[in-house]
Amino acid sequence: MTTTVRRAAYRTFMFIVALALVVVIWETYKALGPADGGKLFGARVLPRTSSYAMPHVWDMFSRFNRPEVRGSDRTVFSAVLAGAWFSFRLSAAGFVLGGVLGTGLAVLMARFRWVQRGVLPYLVVSQTIPLIALAPLVVSWGGKLEVGPFVWPRWLSASVLGAFLAFFPIAVGTLRGLAAASASSVELMQSYAASWTKTLFKLRFPTAVPYMVPAFRLGASASVIGVVVAEISTGLKGGIGRLIIEYAREATGDPAKVYTAIFGAAALGLTMAGVVIVVDAFVMRNRPKESIS
Amino acid sequence: MKKRSVRVAFASIAALSLLVAACGGSDDAADEVAEETTEEVVDTCVTPTPVKLQLQWFIQAQFAGYFAAQDQGFYEAQCLDVTIVEGGVDITPQTELATGNVDFAVSWVSKALASREAGADIVDIAQVFQRSGTLQVSFKDKNITKPEDFKGKNIGNWGYGNEFEIFAALTKAGLDPATDVSLVQQQFDMVGLLTGDIDAAEAMTYNEYAQVLEAVNPATGALYTADDFNVVSYEDAGVGMLQDAIWASGERLASDAAYSDTAVKFVAASLQGWAYCRDNVESCRDIVLAKGSKLGASHQLWQMNEVNKLIWPATGGVGVIDEAAWNRTATLSQETKNLEGGTVLTAAPDAGAYSNDIVTKALEILAGLGVDTTGSSYAPITVTLNEAGN
Repeated sequence: MTTTVRRAAYRTFMFIVALALVVVIWETYKALGPADGGKLFGARVLPRTSSYAMPHVWDMFSRFNRPEVRGSDRTVFSAVLAGAWFSFRLSAAGFVLGGVLGTGLAVLMARFRWVQRGVLPYLVVSQTIPLIALAPLVVSWGGKLEVGPFVWPRWLSASVLGAFLAFFPIAVGTLRGLAAASASSVELMQSYAASWTKTLFKLRFPTAVPYMVPAFRLGASASVIGVVVAEISTGLKGGIGRLIIEYAREATGDPAKVYTAIFGAAALGLTMAGVVIVVDAFVMRNRPKESIS
Repeated sequence: MKKRSVRVAFASIAALSLLVAACGGSDDAADEVAEETTEEVVDTCVTPTPVKLQLQWFIQAQFAGYFAAQDQGFYEAQCLDVTIVEGGVDITPQTELATGNVDFAVSWVSKALASREAGADIVDIAQVFQRSGTLQVSFKDKNITKPEDFKGKNIGNWGYGNEFEIFAALTKAGLDPATDVSLVQQQFDMVGLLTGDIDAAEAMTYNEYAQVLEAVNPATGALYTADDFNVVSYEDAGVGMLQDAIWASGERLASDAAYSDTAVKFVAASLQGWAYCRDNVESCRDIVLAKGSKLGASHQLWQMNEVNKLIWPATGGVGVIDEAAWNRTATLSQETKNLEGGTVLTAAPDAGAYSNDIVTKALEILAGLGVDTTGSSYAPITVTLNEAGN
């Protein structure tokens, strides 16, 4: 137990050190870097050091404490927190949707070779469609689709776009994991006359977990990206994506403010990935430590 | 055995999706107006007609008239239940209107005419902004005072159809947009101008121009002032195109009498909102702020005042489409070359592209209510901008 605590403390410490290092590099470059940045063959490769391009880190954080608009008692911090929470719920919905879809597809592809041959190329193609081309289309479903008492709400469109980005790594990772069971194990199952479903749950899924966890972690952050982009693209109100663009509009007068929303988005992505890690630790708590071969 | 497990799998997927739908948060579902069958009501208002209006952008004073009409109960008085839908980066109001997602849309004339030529059956039923509010802003030392001076300079523009006036001015000045200037894609802020990447930046009088006046000049430590900049106004340069107008579905106007009736009421109440904002600038600022705009109070007041200047005085009556201005917009759209050497419009818009029928009836309603619809005595106020628009 004490080793776990010590390891956790060490990790937290390293995380803080890494963060501090980024701040130091940022401020050092701002202080010493060329004011007009660096150009290579006419293309800017080094950023400018002006407060428009690189505001001071403390300026960014001081914005958290300010009222969002003058006279309101709501601080930027609580606005960002509320936006992140809104987007978190949309991302979570998108992640679950993408997870179910991705796992389902992976099982189908693992079960039927012809499904894999037919579907996998389209999955790859699907990821080449730019999200901003899809977003207005999906959003226009809002309030239009009705199935019985269920009316498609606007926020669900953003979740669907999150799911659209999330399902791909999940499907591919899970597929790979399901195929990872060793031939001897599969033969053993066959010798027990185990059905395919039995083999799936008793052998293939457990073997797949080490492949699925990183895939789900990727999917979790992808769902956040999908939701944030969908919010920006379609102007969906309430989330962190909308805040980014709202604050970015103020960059002329207050270039540091938009970073508060960007920090919020980063924290959101980390939280989503963190949830997956926690779930992983819970699922794997009784398993002996083994490495992926 | 096999069949059963497949069924179980499908059932659990269905159950999970339902769960997702249920727990994702239902607070926004209420925003959507449920489709209701409305019966024709003559005098008393039993069930208000649901109306959806699509804006071009987020909530700001540019659309104050509609919010004022909502806030002050003008829509309600016309028996309308209006939902105002905000725009987004990739939302095209004309498309939303043409596909039937909304009942009316606010859009610039040149952009909407391009959509109409591409097949969208949309009609300009009220020209709210009578003048163009587009500027090209540059620092004094760049010496850019007229479109001819754009030659060889980095000219910022937003794209998405917001660049037509720039191209029209270039064409009029005898410059080729593709070769004589270098066009720079501009962000939603004016940082490019302040850092020098853009020599002359596109700006609306009511928004981006105010943003530079809200920024601190590092040389003086105080805010920039109008004296620091040269401003080319496209309206003054003779290439101003008509901007914010209310567009309706041509097909529904022709076939649906109830829709035409709703359009008259909607335009009347909206224009009443704009008249209210002319006379109550500060109250309209507060209405917009209360709607959740993130831009500061002094910025919104500036915007409200500048928008009023684009509307008032309206000599021909507010919302009435002036044939001369319309024709100028249409002609410029046909003569203006874009980057590919083509024009915004290939042919003159047909006669059905605008109609003054609705706005004329709407002005009659307003006359009955005693609303001043010309604003002949209108005088703008003076607004002092604070840092970052607060």
